[in-house]
Amino acid sequence: MRSVLPVITVLGALIAIWFLAVGPMNIRVSLDMAERSGATVLPEGSVERRSVSVWKLMAQNSAHVSAGYALDRPRLPTPVQVGQELWKTTGAMVMRGRAWSKRSLIYHGWITLQSTLWGFFLGTAIGIAGAVAIVYSRVANMSLMPWAIISQTIPIVALAPMIIVVSGQLGVDGRGFPKAIISAYLCFFPVLVGMVKGLRSPQASQLDLLKTYHATSLQSFLKLRLPASVPYLFTSLKVGIAAALVGTIVGELPTGAISGLGARILIGDQFGTPLAIWSALFAAAILAGVLVTLLDLVQKTTLKRMGMQA
Amino acid sequence: MTALILALVFWIVAWGVNIWLAGSRWSGALAVRIAIPVLFGFTLLVLWEGLVRAFGISPVILPPPSMVVETFANSTQILWEDFRQTVLKGALRGYAIGAVAAVLCAIAIDRSAFLTRGLLPIGNFVAALPIVGIAPILVNWFGFDWQSKAAVVVVMVFFPILVNTVQGLRETDMMQRDLMRTYAASYIQTLVKLRLPAAMPFMFNGLKIATTLALIGAIVAEYFGSPTRGMGFRISTGVGSLSIDLVWAEIAVAALVGSAFYGGVAWVEKRVTFWHPAQRG
Repeated sequence: MRSVLPVITVLGALIAIWFLAVGPMNIRVSLDMAERSGATVLPEGSVERRSVSVWKLMAQNSAHVSAGYALDRPRLPTPVQVGQELWKTTGAMVMRGRAWSKRSLIYHGWITLQSTLWGFFLGTAIGIAGAVAIVYSRVANMSLMPWAIISQTIPIVALAPMIIVVSGQLGVDGRGFPKAIISAYLCFFPVLVGMVKGLRSPQASQLDLLKTYHATSLQSFLKLRLPASVPYLFTSLKVGIAAALVGTIVGELPTGAISGLGARILIGDQFGTPLAIWSALFAAAILAGVLVTLLDLVQKTTLKRMGMQA
Repeated sequence: MTALILALVFWIVAWGVNIWLAGSRWSGALAVRIAIPVLFGFTLLVLWEGLVRAFGISPVILPPPSMVVETFANSTQILWEDFRQTVLKGALRGYAIGAVAAVLCAIAIDRSAFLTRGLLPIGNFVAALPIVGIAPILVNWFGFDWQSKAAVVVVMVFFPILVNTVQGLRETDMMQRDLMRTYAASYIQTLVKLRLPAAMPFMFNGLKIATTLALIGAIVAEYFGSPTRGMGFRISTGVGSLSIDLVWAEIAVAALVGSAFYGGVAWVEKRVTFWHPAQRG
């Protein structure tokens, strides 16, 4: 709790820097617009202005600086503009009963969330299964583990368009499937590594104790290894769900998807509406925060009920 | 069908060999530790080849590995040009700028305990965000050439390295810092001789995570506009024009570069943090 004040201070400083940066970032655009509407701007003509530094432009045309804070298509929107856009596409639409409209970020967030969760479950399942195989089989340990590491050094985005083409050709309908594959690909690795660590965390003496009880290997798995791995599991699940969200958005970006937060970013880029990009980015950040916080809560309650300190 | 049967036979034999190798008394040897995963990976390629041939899958959907290898050999010119554009110009420059900036920032932040406590949670949070999404914005700001790619890479690698370095700089304990004080060491001396070396394992952790991010950033940024070269450009146009074998060749390059980049950083880490228990094994 004692880090609340520092966090707020740093956040405030970041927002202040952002706000101050809007002026120089947008001055050229706002001067172009002012000139077009007949105001006198020094120096005249946007080509001449290109060689003049933004600071000089701001000093010479101080009257037009404030226009940069209220542009429709700014190079850098103000925090307030982004907040308004976010509200307009979420809260305001809910109040008008149009939460599921195609223009609402709630709808797009939901599409992204679905793929993220599918990818998360798939990736977690693969990760846990792989970890069990690695812990129990020597061959799997020696052949799978290096490839699991190498798989993460391969930039998945290179594969993203391929996965979408192949699954489209194979007749898998729906755009959710390829996105879920990509997010599972990014998500399985932290789970695998965490679970291998967790399943191996019981000490030799504990395993020996179970042997003296004449426990079968299934019993020692269920009663010792699995419970011992739960804290590791949750830590890696939190990394995994964030990775799954990144995967979904990466899957939506380059592929011409039409719904989802990544698609909003893509469409905002194609139609030249920066506010749509920024609001989608912040919606993605909020989604990531909510998902990680939820898992954190589940972790705390589970560990408490299992008698382990969170 | 014979292709499939051959592939399946190869799979079973390779599996048997691997089980035998892992159980044999040479299983600890370096050669065997490398041979087993290599054989495993090769088996996957053979199965892929067998499946594609046996079921007559069109090369427009999934080309067999042999065809990819052929394309790779025939188009080294294009691949080299793309490699230079994306990796040497975009990813590596961005990585270098981002890493230096992040380390300098971490050292600056570290001087204030207040800032550290405020920035660590935020940095951790931002490091988990889908930052690739800013690619279109930065392409808009910095133009189509490598500068925008490098900018995306800078932003993507900055936070993981920053967070890890800040954590690493807090790694020294009171006793060690007191010792430096009894030596009358200045802040700079303590930093260079004690705290930076102690932070190295953490810093390299961030640097290793950032290698993949750098390539992802450079490739994704090219999807949003680039000159007519570059790996991301080639992949997105290749998918459109159904020259899928070239796309797979680019993917192979990306995989090789990604692994080599990671391996290179890991190699440097081994040289720099030779004293750390994890490296002495």
